[in-house]
Amino acid sequence: MNPSYYLFLAALLFTIGALGVLLRRNAILVFMSIELMLNSVNLTLVTFSRIRGTLDGQIMAFFVMVVAAAEVVIGLAIIMSIFRTRRSASVDDANLLKY
Amino acid sequence: MPTDIQAPEILYGPLSPMLIVFAAACIGVLVEALAPAARRRGIQVVLAVGGLLAALVAIIVQRGARTLTAGDAIAVDGPTLFIQGVLVVLGVLSILLLAERGLDGSGGAVVARASTTPGSREDMRLADSDAMQSEVFPLAMFSLGGMMLFPASNNLLLMFVALETLSFPLYLMAGLARRRRLLSQEAAVKYFLLGAFASAFFIYGVALLYGYAGSVDAGKIFDATGDVGSNDVLLYLGLAMLAVGLLFKIGAVPFQAWTPDVYQGSPTPVTALMAACTKIAAFGAVLRVFYVAVGRDQWDWRPMMWAIAILTMVVGAILAVTQTDVKRMLAYSSVAHTGFILIGVIAVSKAGLSGTLFYLATYGFTTMAAFAIVTLVRDSSGEATHLAQWTGLGRRSPLVAGVFAFLLFAFAGIPLTSGFMAKFAVFQAGTAGGAGVLVVVGVVASAVTAFFYARVVVLMFFNEPAADGPTVAIPSALTATTIALGLAVTIVLGVYPQPMLDLADQAALFIR
Repeated sequence: MNPSYYLFLAALLFTIGALGVLLRRNAILVFMSIELMLNSVNLTLVTFSRIRGTLDGQIMAFFVMVVAAAEVVIGLAIIMSIFRTRRSASVDDANLLKY
Repeated sequence: MPTDIQAPEILYGPLSPMLIVFAAACIGVLVEALAPAARRRGIQVVLAVGGLLAALVAIIVQRGARTLTAGDAIAVDGPTLFIQGVLVVLGVLSILLLAERGLDGSGGAVVARASTTPGSREDMRLADSDAMQSEVFPLAMFSLGGMMLFPASNNLLLMFVALETLSFPLYLMAGLARRRRLLSQEAAVKYFLLGAFASAFFIYGVALLYGYAGSVDAGKIFDATGDVGSNDVLLYLGLAMLAVGLLFKIGAVPFQAWTPDVYQGSPTPVTALMAACTKIAAFGAVLRVFYVAVGRDQWDWRPMMWAIAILTMVVGAILAVTQTDVKRMLAYSSVAHTGFILIGVIAVSKAGLSGTLFYLATYGFTTMAAFAIVTLVRDSSGEATHLAQWTGLGRRSPLVAGVFAFLLFAFAGIPLTSGFMAKFAVFQAGTAGGAGVLVVVGVVASAVTAFFYARVVVLMFFNEPAADGPTVAIPSALTATTIALGLAVTIVLGVYPQPMLDLADQAALFIR
């Protein structure tokens, strides 16, 4: 099977993730969409690794996973602190900072 | 057929500045775990400042280093060392601002306990106590370590890791303000979500460039751009995605939306760290990507960067005029400065590179001092950042208002300040590099920014102070040192810039 199909699949997943960030209003779901984008990056890396016949891409995918895991820790801590204050995780409710 | 993996050679000397800063950060975490609560803050400040000064000594010792190390992943060359040197000095100043606790009798700008809910009884009780969340010092050190690694990364994957190393602590620190905690937490959420979004674009760009070149080494990508017949779609898409992540960090339009909110909501010492150090580090990475990795493709990326530079200057300057909050005004002014610095980047020449480095140094010190002044003007609820509250400040406290006015003149680029020399350097490089139109836009945008800086000066000096206006706190030696050093650099680089220009000129050569 032509490996470039996986590149298109990854691009589709990345687009879905990006749209999710822009359209979803709940901070947790926005955050999950970002994770989807990172996972589509992993798929891209592994596919290019296969096409190119080098292992670099697979190793890079591990780095992305570790960074994504660290991001979960930081992100959930921040979202939880704002949820405890406002009893809401909607990004529309956080609107104190403006002109 | 498995082959033996060759361990890359690591030169510890050129890496020592970064290793020292990261080691100090790790020791800081241990101090949090093991030292008694009452003594942590003192130990952390000494550790952080000591670590940064040791790193500065290491940078001076290594000043001649021009080498690739760690499997070509890290490039220690002129621009890297110059930027790292500026970063550690500014890092010391921001640590001093974070450590300040003499302004209102409480424990400083950082929250006493971040886990308490804002507005709860415990939060009220702790608000005026002298406790503080002293984890902020190791966080700042990790962030500074990441910033030092960012411009040094010659490998895009390492650049991504450095980007996240510098960003994650900043996301947390943005939410640690003692006063107006709701604003601060909101700033943290916005910064985190948008920052993570931008870095997802960055790493997708890295993945596409890996597909294009078969490697993420800047040098290998440069080699691949010379091959005829490679898949240029991957190069353009990858570079565009990569640029989104980088332009977000430097706060260029159209990726500037987070800047005013985050600058306003964060504790002011953290804002100073973000505005000065993050921008310098991110510009270092921008230079490395555009000069080293895709330097050969400058005719492809320059039109896009032209558009972004023009937009950044115009939008930053115009929106700054409409602001009513000092921190937001400084945020938009930093956006406009991003545009000016981009002129130096777009020049793609040695003069452009050295002009950019010089501009970054001058901008960093002036910004640090300006935010330090913002921490001094206070009323009963903390810092008084609304511009109306600054009315007549020059009558009440001529010294503080005078220093702030001088810093604003430096931002505007009035002669005899460092801002003038910096603008002159990048505009000259831009003209020589064929970016004359950009320079014209830059001069016009400078004039617009000068208008609103002048408006603030008029507000401070030629209006009667309000009866219930804010007071100016007497800074302790910590904040006073920051302001004095920032001011001194602003004056000296305006009057006698030649040594610094020479230094930037000697540094202005990338290795690949």
